Amino acid sequence: MQRVLTIFLALFGLSTAVREAAAQAEAQGIAPAEMAPIRVPYTWHVLPNGLTVLLHEDPTTPTVGVNVWYHVGSGNEDPGRTGFAHLFEHIMFEGSGHVPEGMFDQWLEAAGGDTNGSTNTDRTNYWVNVPSNALELALFLESDRMGYLLEAMSPAKVDGQRDVVKNERRQSYENRPYGMAFLTLGENLYPPEHPYHWPTIGSMEDLSAASYEDVVGFFGRYYGPSNASLAIAGDIDSEETIGLVEKWFGEIPAGEPVPPIDPPAAVVSAEKRLTLEDRVQLPRMYMCWLTPAHFAPGDAALDVVANVLAGGKNSRLYKRLVYDLQIAQDVSAGQFSSALSSEFCVITTARSGHTLEELERVVQEELDRLEAEPPTEREVERAVHQYEASFLDRLERVGGFGGKADQLNAYFFATGNPDYFQEDLARYRALDPSDIQAALRSHLQDDARVILNVVPATTEDEAPEELTGAVGPATTGSEAR
Amino acid sequence: MSTLAGAFTARGGHSPVVGASAVVAFLAAALLGVATLPAQAPDRSEPPELGPPPDFDLPPIQRFHLSNGLEVMLLEKHQVPLVQIHLVVDAGSIRDPEGKKGLASMAAAMLDEGAGERDALALADAIDYLGADLGISAGEHTTVVRLHTPLARLDPALEIMADIALRPTFPAEELERQRIERLTTLLQWRDEPRAIAAVAFAETLYGEIHPYGVPAIGTAEGLQSITPEDLSDYHAAHFRPGNATLIVVGDVTGGTLSPLLEAAFGAWNGGSVTAAGLPAAGVPPAEQVEARHVTLIDKPGAAQSEIRIGRIGVPRLTDDYYSILVMNTILGGSFTSRLNQNLREDKGYSYGAFSAFDFRPGPGPFLAAAAVQTEVTAEALTEFMRELTGILEAVTETELERARNYLALGFPQEFQTVAGTAGMLGELAVYDLPDDTFDRYIERVQAVTVADVQRVARQYLDPEKVAIIVVGDREVVEAPIRALDLGPVEVRTIEEALGPPPVVSVP
Repeated sequence: MQRVLTIFLALFGLSTAVREAAAQAEAQGIAPAEMAPIRVPYTWHVLPNGLTVLLHEDPTTPTVGVNVWYHVGSGNEDPGRTGFAHLFEHIMFEGSGHVPEGMFDQWLEAAGGDTNGSTNTDRTNYWVNVPSNALELALFLESDRMGYLLEAMSPAKVDGQRDVVKNERRQSYENRPYGMAFLTLGENLYPPEHPYHWPTIGSMEDLSAASYEDVVGFFGRYYGPSNASLAIAGDIDSEETIGLVEKWFGEIPAGEPVPPIDPPAAVVSAEKRLTLEDRVQLPRMYMCWLTPAHFAPGDAALDVVANVLAGGKNSRLYKRLVYDLQIAQDVSAGQFSSALSSEFCVITTARSGHTLEELERVVQEELDRLEAEPPTEREVERAVHQYEASFLDRLERVGGFGGKADQLNAYFFATGNPDYFQEDLARYRALDPSDIQAALRSHLQDDARVILNVVPATTEDEAPEELTGAVGPATTGSEAR
Repeated sequence: MSTLAGAFTARGGHSPVVGASAVVAFLAAALLGVATLPAQAPDRSEPPELGPPPDFDLPPIQRFHLSNGLEVMLLEKHQVPLVQIHLVVDAGSIRDPEGKKGLASMAAAMLDEGAGERDALALADAIDYLGADLGISAGEHTTVVRLHTPLARLDPALEIMADIALRPTFPAEELERQRIERLTTLLQWRDEPRAIAAVAFAETLYGEIHPYGVPAIGTAEGLQSITPEDLSDYHAAHFRPGNATLIVVGDVTGGTLSPLLEAAFGAWNGGSVTAAGLPAAGVPPAEQVEARHVTLIDKPGAAQSEIRIGRIGVPRLTDDYYSILVMNTILGGSFTSRLNQNLREDKGYSYGAFSAFDFRPGPGPFLAAAAVQTEVTAEALTEFMRELTGILEAVTETELERARNYLALGFPQEFQTVAGTAGMLGELAVYDLPDDTFDRYIERVQAVTVADVQRVARQYLDPEKVAIIVVGDREVVEAPIRALDLGPVEVRTIEEALGPPPVVSVP
């Protein structure tokens, strides 16, 4: 019985369309800007229990990417339980009602499969890559943990992964040079009650406090099929696949709707200066602003601002700081886009014998220059051409982080349209130099930013320590399994 | 779009649009009277049976030569309009002369700092404007110039690639920039426990005279001594059509490709390296670890200890290659491997533990590694030794079958991208392997037996004869490590392990 409603069928044939257009473009010597739309054809289904299912056929390699997004991230956490969404993600691999502990990975590897997951402020994603004959195994495993996780849950499993996650925090932050910088920045960019104030990795204290009861509550609240989406891309037959999805996921109860987060306003209304000591050879400056959320007006323009400032040897900051003056070892800039708010940062490391004051002066001069006059046409085109090329790269893999299944889920989650590739790219193509200047003027103001200087510790034997500010969130990272 | 290292780009949020569309979809389903019946529960008592694995049909590797003798390997891949081109040159740090350690790596970095008619900035602008990526890397044995480009930009991108590979100008002022950048990198390694462990591990196994004992980036002394003439001499000697292979993967055909390649590379002359009188790049012998010993490098206040345990392994062209792959997968090559299960999943000492054979033309290192919580460093070493001993004893048929399937059935995934595929073809070129190597990979892995695994474990692993490197907080870890009685323990400062901090002269 067909219990699944197919809502929408995308008919664009990506590979054919793009290839023909590319051949044409090549023949006529025209820019890829005039290439055919980048589309990932897919079918969209919703199960009675509310599970969204997105299917994309790509038989290039005999492999399938199965990708589940739960619409919960560290932004949904309760005070005193920071890091819980990510700890929970780890626990999801530890077995479920019909999958004994350890067998999730063992059965997958025995079938030639691989798996991982990650958590950020907004969502938690899981992927399983399998040879196409093992698709049903992947669906069995994913559905079992969606439906029966608690049947196999125990305080000992929580303890085991708590230790692993604490070591993940040590490895990724505490024992890494400059590792505490992003934790500090999040806490100082967002007010305490904002969900991006605390880091996805969580505090050691809160990780210690997480309990078995918390796992039970979190699962019931956030891990129902109506709060999830399942994307499958690769060497599949869509009709057969939706039947298998219905077989394995159809019985799972929907769960209660999860209300959207209603965050308090986040405003940086002055220039805030912080210094952090770390066991490093060279000082590094982080200059960060709060900026528009992913896909909000200004978001794409700020990506291009970042490219004009620090993308490649001809970018303004690289050319002056690293190439001409040679007072910096590196410089980078980025718009780190998230659902509720983004951050824009300029990061640069001083060479021996040079100070962060020298670097900051040059950064300020270049920000002022871009504020006073727009970038050249070529600077903007150069950035846009790089984005165009990156969209082609994103069509190569079906599974894993950033594979087509993961991207269909990402676009669905962010925009409601799984095949938003072309619309996303259009945001960049629509920009002209005045838009870049306008974005900088509106969002990167001198009196609304946090400047964090990480400086070499004065005493050799001390652990990273702060002079001002407190240790807090990683607003930009996502924590993998 | 996020670009900072470590940040993950796929982000989304509780956008009202999403909520609305999901609700609309659900309501639509209800209104249409579909999707209202409760589903039957499937039988979950056993995991579903798998059908036979899909066939792996790699397109044929096409080979031809340009008029100057340059060998070309082409694999057509028409899924996405992209092209990947690798110029693989038999040139690496293995031939770095004494006193100029870092020459091959510096020469690679300098190729795009001025070439043909363009200076460094003009080259970067031209490539970036095309949306193409051009990169150069040099390892111990091989230098690769890599072009990744949209098909629509192939012609101009290929011209720039040829300039960079064939006509670099090695400007003196760019060499000074690179020198300072690289010396600063060496300085920054002192901050990185992983870098300290890697440098100390290689030096402990091979010594500082052996080319595998020194990182390809070189030493401060070597970097200081390199001149523009060194670079052009090195380039003239190594970058010759007879000493290189051109690998192309992507949305092109041999017919359309060969005139393009001929135009870009066909006039490249100079014959083979042998004609230029370059000595063959033999790997000098190195002394195997004969007695277990520990080097503890003090990183005061470190939250974790970086552990590296290993010995000298075996060259890539060993007959035991596939048996070793399977054996290492069981020991530390996958998530369910013994090391990761023990140190991460059972004990919670680490975020992950692994082992690997670093296959090279000469015997590269075998290593087992993890970053572990400082307080349990000694306990973690005990577990490492337990697993290195345990793998010499029997492995189960279940482990064997899982490891074989993990390697063999997952193999086709390596060929999803043009860059990944070109990297795989590069292995054929570097080791002169036959074209059916990948077609036969699955059967060769599946042919490995329990006896093979046991034999190669005993032949290549010996827990009594390993070097152990620990980079961690001496104050906390030294006494417990000594109490394990693993062998002599030498304590070093970071400066003793890496040498004095390089002096970076500021212009």
